[in-house]
Amino acid sequence: MRVLIPKSKPSKGAVGKTGLWRTSKPVVNHDKCIKCVICWAFCPETTIFRFQDNSVDIDYEYCKGCGVCANECPVNAIEMVED
Amino acid sequence: MTSIKQLPYEEYFLAGNGSCPGCGLTIGLRNVLKALGKEVYMVVPASCSSVVQSPFPNSSATVPLLNTPFAASAAAASGMVRALKVMGKDSVVMVWAGDGGTFDIGLATVSGAAERNEDLLYICYDNEAYMNTGGHRSSATPLGTFTGTTPTGKKENKKNIPLIMAAHGIPYVATASIAFITDLYDKILKAKDMKGFRYIQIFSPCTPGWLLPTEKSVESAKLAVQTGMYPLFEIENGIFKISAPSKAYLKKEKRKPLTDYFKLQGRFKHLKEEDIKLIEKWVDEISEEYASMDGKKVV
Ligand SMILES: Cc1ncc(C[n+]2csc(CCOP(=O)(O)OP(=O)(O)O)c2C)c(N)n1
Ligand code: SF4
Ligand code: SF4
Ligand code: SF4
Ligand SMILES: [Mg+2]
Repeated sequence: MRVLIPKSKPSKGAVGKTGLWRTSKPVVNHDKCIKCVICWAFCPETTIFRFQDNSVDIDYEYCKGCGVCANECPVNAIEMVED
Repeated sequence: MTSIKQLPYEEYFLAGNGSCPGCGLTIGLRNVLKALGKEVYMVVPASCSSVVQSPFPNSSATVPLLNTPFAASAAAASGMVRALKVMGKDSVVMVWAGDGGTFDIGLATVSGAAERNEDLLYICYDNEAYMNTGGHRSSATPLGTFTGTTPTGKKENKKNIPLIMAAHGIPYVATASIAFITDLYDKILKAKDMKGFRYIQIFSPCTPGWLLPTEKSVESAKLAVQTGMYPLFEIENGIFKISAPSKAYLKKEKRKPLTDYFKLQGRFKHLKEEDIKLIEKWVDEISEEYASMDGKKVV
């Protein structure tokens, strides 16, 4: 008897390009950013890139536009703009 | 204490998963997995986390994850711990369960595994209702809260599961919050290196379930601590200790008004002044109780 085990494989975009869910998008003002990486730590989606120098950028392919990053940024360096 | 910048770059929970925008549980899970690293086996009962991990044949988790029926997670994890021991593997087994799966439906197997002091890390992400099936009240839902099954507000207080878990005599119990991410991270690091049954409960806002704007999930979790609605503490080998983020808010005069917390969320919109007074009484009592327990052996 053959037994099938329903085993999933790790993959990015497991439910598709979740960036399409977005109605507004976060835009980082790099002149204002103090590189605290708070936005990166709290992003529910793992869609903030954190670079070695602690600068950040958004992964628009998957960012769902929740706005947590903009809400938590201590210096208002992230603005939510209509997408 | 770990700082935000010291949180590891590595990600074990991938983008493009099935969570709603602003979901608190994914903020928690992402950072919990950073603390545990890749040597972890997850056990997940039916919950939003079953959906958030994404449908077959894909998985957003990069670590092994076993899905179990609702009430079975602690029992399945107990078996997994033993199997790994036989295989000579020194890995952490982590149950990642909702409040419904912990406070209510899974309580029998959770209590059984705790009584046997199984060597596993049990995490309950607490979004205070059965969110995956439409937001029905659980015994983790606070007094007065609107849910699909408590349309005029819940009549009972939240069940104090952390103290019930501590009464089992297990080595570690803690409450944590997705808003105090380094406190959470440090609690996971500590629990990771302990043996026996470890219980951690993480306050995890649910944006649709709480009728909460998606950008406010972290802010509301912070307010839950600052208003005394969700005190953070540890009970390590029976000794109770209030955690740093909650320390200042044990005193009533230091606490923020409950309405600061309530006004962000639609699930509290119907509350009248007398309802708020009742909830405040509960907050006052529990804060006083915890202040009197601080630093003492309680079990
Ligand atoms: C025995 C059983 N009863 C009911 C269900 C339906 N069900 C699936 S998930 C869920 C809600 C779980 O609530 P909770 O544990 O709090 O996790 P959340 O969905 O809030 O993340 C329910 C009722 C089920 N899968 N199995
Ligand atoms: S809007 Fe939300 S999902 Fe997008 S980057 Fe900001 S926190 Fe992450
Ligand atoms: S939270 Fe604001 S200041 Fe901090 S890294 Fe992000 S954008 Fe920069
Ligand atoms: S319903 Fe709530 S807990 Fe479930 S995925 Fe959505 S935000 Fe997260
Ligand atoms: Mg729940």
